[in-house]
Amino acid sequence: MSADAVTTMTLSDATQARFAREVVKYPADQKQSAVMACLSIVQQEQGHVSRAAEQAVADYLGMPAIAVYEITTFYNMYNQRPVGKFKLNVCTNLPCQLRDGQKALHYLERKLGIAMGGTTADGLFTLQQSECLGACADSPVMLVNDRHMCSFMSDDKLDQLIDGLKATEGKA
Amino acid sequence: MNADQIIAQFRATGVQSCFHDRHINPQIYAGLNGSNWSLKDYEARGGYQALRKVLGKDGAPPDAETGVAGLTRDQVIATVKESALRGRGGAGFPTGLKWSFMPRQFPGQKYLVCNSDEGEPGTCKDRDILMHNPHIVIEGMVIAAYAMGISVGYNYIHGEIFEEYERFEAALEEARAAGYLGDAVLGSEFNFELHAFHGFGAYICGEETALLESLEGKKGQPRFKPPFPASFGLYGKPTTINNTETFAAVPWIIRNGGQAYLECGKPNNGGTKIYSVSGDVNLPGNYEVPMGTPFAKLLELAGGVRTGRTLKAVIPGGSSAPVLPAHIMMDVTMDYDSIAKAGSMLGSGAVIVMDDSRCMVESLKRLSYFYMHESCGQCTPCREGTGWLWRLVDKIQRGVATPADMALLDNVAENIMGRTICALGDAAAMPVRAMIKHFRPEFEAMIKSDAPTAA
Repeated sequence: MSADAVTTMTLSDATQARFAREVVKYPADQKQSAVMACLSIVQQEQGHVSRAAEQAVADYLGMPAIAVYEITTFYNMYNQRPVGKFKLNVCTNLPCQLRDGQKALHYLERKLGIAMGGTTADGLFTLQQSECLGACADSPVMLVNDRHMCSFMSDDKLDQLIDGLKATEGKA
Repeated sequence: MNADQIIAQFRATGVQSCFHDRHINPQIYAGLNGSNWSLKDYEARGGYQALRKVLGKDGAPPDAETGVAGLTRDQVIATVKESALRGRGGAGFPTGLKWSFMPRQFPGQKYLVCNSDEGEPGTCKDRDILMHNPHIVIEGMVIAAYAMGISVGYNYIHGEIFEEYERFEAALEEARAAGYLGDAVLGSEFNFELHAFHGFGAYICGEETALLESLEGKKGQPRFKPPFPASFGLYGKPTTINNTETFAAVPWIIRNGGQAYLECGKPNNGGTKIYSVSGDVNLPGNYEVPMGTPFAKLLELAGGVRTGRTLKAVIPGGSSAPVLPAHIMMDVTMDYDSIAKAGSMLGSGAVIVMDDSRCMVESLKRLSYFYMHESCGQCTPCREGTGWLWRLVDKIQRGVATPADMALLDNVAENIMGRTICALGDAAAMPVRAMIKHFRPEFEAMIKSDAPTAA
């Protein structure tokens, strides 16, 4: 088998049960509507969406793997490669730029010793700039692992959050 | 403590932006405190009374002439038309009129869609509605579905606000259990099932036809119009799409009447509107005030311009709206017609305030980067043009542009306008043209002075 050949993966019963709760929302002949939710479930469970996972989702929903690939490549939040255990997305769009969003990003770059887009050597943190998170009045805002919005992230609070997360991972 | 608990700590210390007493006659945010989102709290605030009234389940006597209890579909639509409610997502299209476009006798499935894909930079009002008053959206959607004879609906929620998606799902469960959703709503002959859908990071999906593509499990690339969604929408079926705040306005209108709603705004601009005030103010947040409230009053509610600074400019309707300088802004009232007359648009109601310390070139550079990043790539003028816009503004900001670049920037913007399938192209070009129109000297001051004047 060549290195880039796409294989599939086995979905656990628990994962399939979560998929099923999404599929049931749509008409029986429109299961594809659940693809974005299924991929975000995969990402939550595995940290990223591999090509093998795309194939498994495609098989589950009865759609071509290339159509799943189109989804993971089109939407910003899917991780096509492994990321740190904690993915930090700091909004730097104009309303946030006016309220220290970019400053928060630069602060984290210095604190974590990585440039935007990078991952720390210990695999704990990936830092990304993001477009509008839709929480403009709370700036600086940061989305952690796609699902947790952290508001008013001053340097002090960034310190507490990062240091707290490091401590839970025994890397403080 | 585990990681989830640590993250939760930081969420809990955030101050949600709609909990303050600086609204004026609020309807959607009225009585919210951050913990009273659930069904019983909503009912205690008069929630679902509008739906009971519509379905004739409020105990009121039947109509003396017809002998029928409740409101007919036509009566609901007429009431919404009378209210002058206009779409709160950005376009400001009259809601009652949109509802009347849905084919009545269509033999197949029709769909109702709520656009909660709130990603227009500066806008964060729907997030607070979904988190803290989700049932008002559900009630508005059930009433809309009844008026248009629709039995299935979806709420498309911005992927980045996942906690709000989970909250909305929890509210749906409550509404189903209480008989407000599902078969035979409140024992009537009307059925309506509603589901939540989440995006995953694509600004373009706020465009209604891109949203439909996304909801079908595809890339969010806008469709040609016509056909409009009312004839060819989700899965090719007739579909009505309204913004979250639009649906949230409906229960109040039904309870109090279209005329009452109109009267709390101004003619052709009915009701209250939620403004997300961000940027250089002392108290950024969401403010619900009557349509037609002077901008100066809104600024005052938001604590005024950042202490020690003066107002320079305002983007009054989300990042796609043309910027207006302070002296124009201080004379407008916050409603569709007044802001349009001043040369911009109310859009989504996102008011981005900039003080006298701000560089307009740098601000435009960030916005241009955003549109380049979010162009879906379908139309050449937008896909290529947004890149040109960013590179040119970047060049100016770095001080290496020539006078010819300034002319080229204007020219590229002009050539994107009106030449794309959807409005993202225009949305990228409009801020450029407005920034140059109102702040040209700032741009010219950054042009290389020793550069030749011809290209």
